[in-house]
Amino acid sequence: MNFRAVGAIYRFEMARTWRTLLQSIVSPVVSTSLYFVVFGAAIGSRITSVEGVSYGTFIVPGLVMLSVLTQSIANASFGIYFPKFVGTIYELLSAPISYFEIVLGYVGAAATKSIVLGLIILATAGLFVPLQIHHPVWMLTFLVLTAVTFSLFGFIIGIWADGFEKLQMIPMLVVTPLTFLGGSFYSVNMLPSGWRTITLLNPVVYLISGFRWSFYEIADVSVGLSLGITFGFLAVCMITVWWIFKTGYRLKN
Amino acid sequence: MSSIISVANLSKTYGSGFKALNGINLDIHRGEIFALLGPNGAGKTTLISIICGIANPTGGSVSVDGHDIIQSYRAARSLIGLVPQELHTDAFETVWATTSFSRGLFGKPKNPAHIEKVLRDLSLWDKKDSKIVTLSGGMKRRVMIAKALSHEPQILFLDEPTAGVDVELRKGMWEVVRTLQASGVTIILTTHYIEEAEQMADRIGVINKGEIILVEDKAGLMQKLGKKQLKLHLHGKIEAIPPSLAAYNLELSDQGCELVYDYDTKGERTGITSLLSDLRDAGIRISDLDTSQSTLEDIFVSLVRAP
Repeated sequence: MNFRAVGAIYRFEMARTWRTLLQSIVSPVVSTSLYFVVFGAAIGSRITSVEGVSYGTFIVPGLVMLSVLTQSIANASFGIYFPKFVGTIYELLSAPISYFEIVLGYVGAAATKSIVLGLIILATAGLFVPLQIHHPVWMLTFLVLTAVTFSLFGFIIGIWADGFEKLQMIPMLVVTPLTFLGGSFYSVNMLPSGWRTITLLNPVVYLISGFRWSFYEIADVSVGLSLGITFGFLAVCMITVWWIFKTGYRLKN
Repeated sequence: MSSIISVANLSKTYGSGFKALNGINLDIHRGEIFALLGPNGAGKTTLISIICGIANPTGGSVSVDGHDIIQSYRAARSLIGLVPQELHTDAFETVWATTSFSRGLFGKPKNPAHIEKVLRDLSLWDKKDSKIVTLSGGMKRRVMIAKALSHEPQILFLDEPTAGVDVELRKGMWEVVRTLQASGVTIILTTHYIEEAEQMADRIGVINKGEIILVEDKAGLMQKLGKKQLKLHLHGKIEAIPPSLAAYNLELSDQGCELVYDYDTKGERTGITSLLSDLRDAGIRISDLDTSQSTLEDIFVSLVRAP
């Protein structure tokens, strides 16, 4: 195991975060605060409560997940796409380093960033609404699991993308809609039954539901199912990454 | 001499069906400077990319100091430093950070003293805290060399290292290369500047259309293929070459004022003495003479153009 190489990649990626602090940390926090103002304060004041929790409080786990999902994908996809774009990938490919170590460095750094960001957003939310976390360990488990899974997913997008448009396409056209429709701002039970069935095909529903359960013990689907789906998606991403490196897809001409 | 890189029957066919390498066999000797010459698209970069792990071979094998580049990629790659042809740099990193990053990537412990030495040798020390984006093209090229040398490689690949580099800088670069060779590093370079290969290399390989068409000691190559030409400037014009001189295959040029004689320096006798005496017998007087040797470029062009 070439730990020095993993460390070098990890530090390199983390250093990029500090260089782009505004983009990496400040802007997600600002946009989350806006959600609180709009949904929590303005609209939330007209909604009494959802399943016994005030609306402002109810949307906190969804908002954290929204940021963690999008930032994990953005960080990881950009992290590996950029060396491909500027050509510095040659060094990574010619270094005595295994595929696993490359993934560990890039995905580890991307996941670290989005976990830190998720916690910052949680703290920011605490300024707006009272927070209660019934199962802190489960909360962290879901947070870490989601950050790692979607960083892997972002890594795959970064390798697949051969232009900036493709890099943006999946996050904009797939992930954002799935997150908004995944129950960030509402309980799935609030939907008419037809829509509810369709919604259950959306994997993000399970993530947000499980995460929300760790806060308030209320869930749209069972916690076991949430965990199962998350692990399932993680496994799919891992197999895809394994295949990418085995075949050299989009990496070794 | 033992070989440090052995390429056996290596071939590469791209997805498009283009056959970039076709059964390459090549041995690089330990400690030598090997120049790989070939026209654009001959397969130079593809060959280097496969040895360094950037491209997958379609067939054949490569071993580096006894380590197979696929089975024992860690051992093989940690011996190699690569300076690619294109200037690929992390624009927003500092020279120091990017060089240290390379060392870490190759699994070597931190060694600021070594990084400092590399940067000083390449005259980059006063730029160590500058972002790469602010550097000139020649400096970026040297940063890439610094990155390759940061992990103390035993083998250095330089793919077109002097493309777009001014004469002064080129000289400095070759000094670094010679110093490296003196410390035991094997150097493989590709170049378009044939005079560079002529000056620098111990051995020369010529690659064309994905095949190695020749590998020779530079001196041997020059001698083997190096014809010499003797030009005789005549005192007066002659209409035709006298039949008594037919055996010399002379060529009459400069409107009958010059005779050209091709001879072989490695031949037992060059035939110059007898030619001169036969000329005198034929009554041809000579006002001046000069000899010239064909350059590596002439040899190269004749090899690559050959059907």
